Amino acid sequence: MAILDSKIPSGPLADKWRKHKIDIKLVNPANKRKYHVVVVGAGLAGASAAASLADLGYQVTCIVFHDSPRRAHSIAAQGGINAAKNYQNDGDSVYRLFYDTIKGGDYRAREANVHRLAEVSVNIIDQCAALGVPFAREYGGLLANRSFGGAQVSRTFYARGQTGQQLLLGAYSSLSRCVGQGTVKLVTQNEMSDLVVVDGQAKGVITRDLVTGNLHRFAADAVILATGGYGNVFNLSTYARGSNVTASWRAYKRGACFANPCFTQIHPTCIPVSGDYQSKLTLMSESLRNDGRIWVPKNKADVKKAPADIAESDRDYFLERIYPSFGNLAPRDVASRAAKRMCDEGRGVGETGLGVYLDFADAIQRYGKQAAARANLHEASPAKILELGEAAVAERYGNLFDIYKEITDESAYKQPMRIYPAVHYTMGGLWVDYNLMSNVPGLFVLGEANFSDHGANRLGASALMQGLADGFFVIPYTIGDYLASQKPGSRPSADRAEFAAAEANVDGLVKKLMAIKGKEPVAHYHKRLGKIMWDQCGMARTKEGLTKGIAEIQALKKEFWSNVNVPGSAENLNQALEKALRVADFIELGELMCRDALTREESCGGHFREEYQHADGECLRDDVNFAHVAAWEFQGEDKVPLRNIEPLNYETVKMSVRSYK
Amino acid sequence: MNLFANLFTSSIGRKFLMALTGLILTGFAFGHLAGNLQIFGEPDRINGYAHFLQSLGPVLWLVRLALLAAAGIHIWAAVVLTLESKCARGPKDYGVHRWLEAAWASRYMRLSGLVVLAFIVYHILHFTVGLAGNEYYKGTLDAVVLSEDVREFGFPLATKGTEVHDVYSMIFIGFSHPLVAGFYILATGLLAVHLLHGMESLFQTLGLRNANWSCCLRKAVAGLCVLYFLGNLAIPGAIVTGLLKPAPGTHAAVICDAKCAAKAAAR
Amino acid sequence: MVAHITSTKNLSVTLRVWRQAAADQPGRFVEYAAKDLNPNMSFLEMLDVVNDALEGKGEDPIAFAHDCREGICGTCSLVINGKPHGPHKGIASCQTYMRSFADGDVIVVEPYRAKPFPVIKDLISDRSAFDAIQQAGGFITVRSGSACDANAIPVPKDEADLAMDAAQCIGCGACVAACKNASAMLFVGAKVGHLGLLPQGQAERDSRVLAMVSKMDELGFGNCTNQYECSAACPKLISHDFIARMNRDYIAASFRQAFKPKSNASGGGA
Ligand SMILES: Cc1cc2nc3c(=O)[nH]c(=O)nc-3n(C[C@H](O)[C@H](O)[C@H](O)COP(=O)(O)OP(=O)(O)OC[C@H]3O[C@@H](n4cnc5c(N)ncnc54)[C@H](O)[C@@H]3O)c2cc1C
Ligand code: HEM
Ligand code: HEM
Ligand code: SF4
Ligand code: F3S
Ligand code: FES
Repeated sequence: MAILDSKIPSGPLADKWRKHKIDIKLVNPANKRKYHVVVVGAGLAGASAAASLADLGYQVTCIVFHDSPRRAHSIAAQGGINAAKNYQNDGDSVYRLFYDTIKGGDYRAREANVHRLAEVSVNIIDQCAALGVPFAREYGGLLANRSFGGAQVSRTFYARGQTGQQLLLGAYSSLSRCVGQGTVKLVTQNEMSDLVVVDGQAKGVITRDLVTGNLHRFAADAVILATGGYGNVFNLSTYARGSNVTASWRAYKRGACFANPCFTQIHPTCIPVSGDYQSKLTLMSESLRNDGRIWVPKNKADVKKAPADIAESDRDYFLERIYPSFGNLAPRDVASRAAKRMCDEGRGVGETGLGVYLDFADAIQRYGKQAAARANLHEASPAKILELGEAAVAERYGNLFDIYKEITDESAYKQPMRIYPAVHYTMGGLWVDYNLMSNVPGLFVLGEANFSDHGANRLGASALMQGLADGFFVIPYTIGDYLASQKPGSRPSADRAEFAAAEANVDGLVKKLMAIKGKEPVAHYHKRLGKIMWDQCGMARTKEGLTKGIAEIQALKKEFWSNVNVPGSAENLNQALEKALRVADFIELGELMCRDALTREESCGGHFREEYQHADGECLRDDVNFAHVAAWEFQGEDKVPLRNIEPLNYETVKMSVRSYK
Repeated sequence: MNLFANLFTSSIGRKFLMALTGLILTGFAFGHLAGNLQIFGEPDRINGYAHFLQSLGPVLWLVRLALLAAAGIHIWAAVVLTLESKCARGPKDYGVHRWLEAAWASRYMRLSGLVVLAFIVYHILHFTVGLAGNEYYKGTLDAVVLSEDVREFGFPLATKGTEVHDVYSMIFIGFSHPLVAGFYILATGLLAVHLLHGMESLFQTLGLRNANWSCCLRKAVAGLCVLYFLGNLAIPGAIVTGLLKPAPGTHAAVICDAKCAAKAAAR
Repeated sequence: MVAHITSTKNLSVTLRVWRQAAADQPGRFVEYAAKDLNPNMSFLEMLDVVNDALEGKGEDPIAFAHDCREGICGTCSLVINGKPHGPHKGIASCQTYMRSFADGDVIVVEPYRAKPFPVIKDLISDRSAFDAIQQAGGFITVRSGSACDANAIPVPKDEADLAMDAAQCIGCGACVAACKNASAMLFVGAKVGHLGLLPQGQAERDSRVLAMVSKMDELGFGNCTNQYECSAACPKLISHDFIARMNRDYIAASFRQAFKPKSNASGGGA
């Protein structure tokens, strides 16, 4: 039974972090350089952590499987990053951001963590602006904001449709500075394949060099995982193809608890699937919902008609209808489920019937008229207005419209986009305490890889915020608390038996996979796993489905281990082997997710159990029995894992029915 | 000194030198053309002008040295940068080659430059030093006496009665040979091509070009190059085709007339 | 931006792919038939299909670099029919769709060719040289937590927009691959331009451009002859105006550095 001590500081919510920073131990500057920290991952969380720790004086090694830290999946985030700056003077505050995040997470996140996140959010923007992130600006030269789902204020900072890219490049530039100065050692194209635990504490990692196939040992005083999310368990998702769960999964197998694995976010605005060859789903940023209106035909008979032929009165702007106060900006889980319901009713559009319209015609008109007025064109022709409006929309969303055009061969200026929900983010992850340390001492988990801040549903533009908060402003303080308890120089040697055993474990796994020489390519199993997961553990879940899913996955696992074909050699770059190692972990994770979803007998946020819903189809939470974190503990291969719980105590916010009506 | 190292050993520094020297050479080329166009005037004009240049003495040598240095640096940089770039492609080249956008002239800079170099060497041997089979080199022709003061924009270049080289005739006789004229035309054509990219490119190298006016720049450069080529074409072209006849009484006229007579007799 | 061919019927193509087992092995072109492809498939998905078939037969699949598959991570790096990233302007390989090809086409796929980007395997080359350039100076030095309020330094919108144009570079290396001289000027110019345009980047403006260019040269990239193939191949359509800007910055920095007074202060104090 794992001990889950959340270490939440006492005292009033708003003072906890300040107080905690005073209470926790410090490492003196001369001692810092004696500690060696391994950071796995260089996304927003990993890069910012590695740079911050190196600047403090720690010796840092940063390990990524990518060929460059700049390729981490954070690069793909489009829409923006939240911060409680209240630059818009529209009533934002740390408390409101905190409250929105807690409510958005359907009361399944830890209050103290979320409040801290909201507090440091303001520093993130300062830090990033100083790093040269070219945020969007107003004409006066000050920062611009836009609104995002789940909030009634404009607190989202952005850099065109490439916010994640710009933030990551900012963090990467800091990391690069440290590498250039020699304070961070960068190890690329190495995948962490095992965690080394010595005397119950995380003291190193084993990596596999993806180019040479060699295994390497890295000894450390503390290990930080910032390895991102695991949405690729669904095969089709908005994640980069390389995103994987391997690092977290190996840590799980070494004793770290996996919290709320079933909490996955389905994003409402993705480009619908077009065929079975498809490898990836493309997100159309949530920011589009600022201006786009989502609708389906009122009548089933109209679904195959061209959208322009459907009269205004025959359109159902269902989000505006069902959620009048948030409208098209309802949170993701709510919007996704509403879209799914429309399609289930037979009112979905497109060839597959799995799609709804996201329409910019109104926005084009509105912006066109505004632009005409600004240009003093009072009698502008409709064509002129259209032209000005399209230009204004292009300025805001041009790159997204271009992507849409590339993929679908349709122009979203001329006809509405078709969108459908897709897997986008995983709220679950390794369990961590307030210090971001897992239940294995010395193992810290940051960014999307941990479970901590988003509860059962993440609000848009909050993942980037969390990644940078963890890396820039939390871990630099909290890691000291742990390291101060470790004698300088007590780092175990990489020659110890624990390292050898972990290395042998990885080697065995590789050899086993290479030896199967079955009939099917790895992709075959990934696709099948993804289908099971989407059908049974996707947007709507049932007891039967999940039970069936578990059985199917167990069978799939057996088949995989007897019939997969990994050609080539393990001694050089072998992408089939890389995929096989990752898919092997995804299969096991998939089972755990189904188990978690099965035991959580309520609906909350992204976790929707059909048995538990209000009459109008909204989530029916069970705060009496499930106001807790489920943290799963590995019990051995093919054994049922143990479900530990960390109760969630709401001291400040009153748990209530989440409503966006 | 760092500045020196930056200019002579870095890629951008060497490009900068190349642009500066290219600019100097271009300035010379246009100035030289303007001077040469005086061939269309009275013989005294160009002869007086040439005499004036020769009379500059140390200043002429200074200018020559500067030009030589510019050409030297330009060529040195071209060679070094080219060799490095060839090496940068690595051991293996592409299987399929494709040009996307590069200006046509830019693809032949090394070729056009080399031909121009060969031309300049020949040209100096031809007109300045008098080798290269020029039996009518200015030094071997009898000197002529200026019949009038020669002025350019009111500035006195040479006074009436001065004895000067007969550059006028030298050019006429030189270009009466179709092969020579042809080579001049070819070389100056390639020089125009070199400048077509070069004059635009140097703005980019010096950091003065941007998309807002690159279109004007391109047109202006193209216009200048056409004018430059036409000017250079005009001299050997007009002479070799006989459109421009040597002024009566000059050495050139005498020799030409003799040649024509010989030709007629042979027929 | 879409090429002239827009197929809607399924198509079959012949691939001529560069296969090379490892950096130190010789390579060669190998032909593969890719049959009955849906025109809505991306180019990489087409390669997936070919690879799945190879893997199923126990043959080594074609190694190609990819990750995000939405044109932002800069990992994909194919030279398709002689153009880095394939037929479209402003589009990465991963966003190239099969509808841009015609039935029966022969498509030649090669890795980037540049000495500083050695081929690792098949279509994958090592672009860590870009990281090295970045590490030499592509940053603004700010310690975590030491920044002033973000709105304390207004940035004129025009400048911020221009900086963003440059900052969009995805570090894919297509500029180097396309340049006949294998020059990295566009990549470096974009970073120098991005940081040099912002007020936050002024303190290190000179040292940055000097250090990055020096690193670029040291790594063996070729020299720019202003041919603009790079910007034509760039999936983010980064303008070569940023090269001009860098040229100017570099020369200005060289002069400033040579003539500015230097302090002889040393560290220490009580
Ligand atoms: C399309 C898309 C759009 C998004 N838009 C937004 C948005 O607008 N706003 C927002 O707030 N959030 C957004 N998100 C979510 C957000 O981008 C991510 O949650 C966040 O960037 C994750 O950052 P990270 O640092 O935790 O991990 P990542 O950026 O995923 O980085 C993971 C790192 O770990 C390394 N790694 C992983 N496994 C291993 C291993 N085994 N060994 C070695 N290294 C390993 C990788 O190399 C990489 O460096 C979006 C997500 C997607 C998919
Ligand atoms: C139709 C074309 C040209 C004509 C008629 C012409 C004529 C002459 C003449 C007559 C001289 C000798 C001057 C003297 O010594 O008195 C000369 C010198 C020279 N020309 Fe030309 N020229 C032509 C084109 C060019 C071109 C295209 C170039 C190269 C850019 C060039 C470069 C030079 C140089 C470098 C000298 C030597 C200058 C010196 O004495 O220092 N010329 N030319
Ligand atoms: C003598 C032999 C010459 C050689 C081998 C040569 C070669 C080159 C080369 C390789 C370039 C680089 C192309 C580029 O950077 O875009 C160049 C540029 C240039 N050359 Fe020459 N060249 C020669 C003579 C000349 C002459 C005689 C002139 C002028 C009259 C000239 C003017 C220029 C200019 C203006 C540039 C552009 C510089 C820049 O891009 O910044 N060159 N030359
Ligand atoms: S400048 Fe363009 S082509 Fe070059 S690396 Fe950046 S994005 Fe790629
Ligand atoms: S193509 Fe090459 S030559 Fe210069 S302008 Fe671009 S780097
Ligand atoms: S795979 Fe990321 S840019 Fe192409």
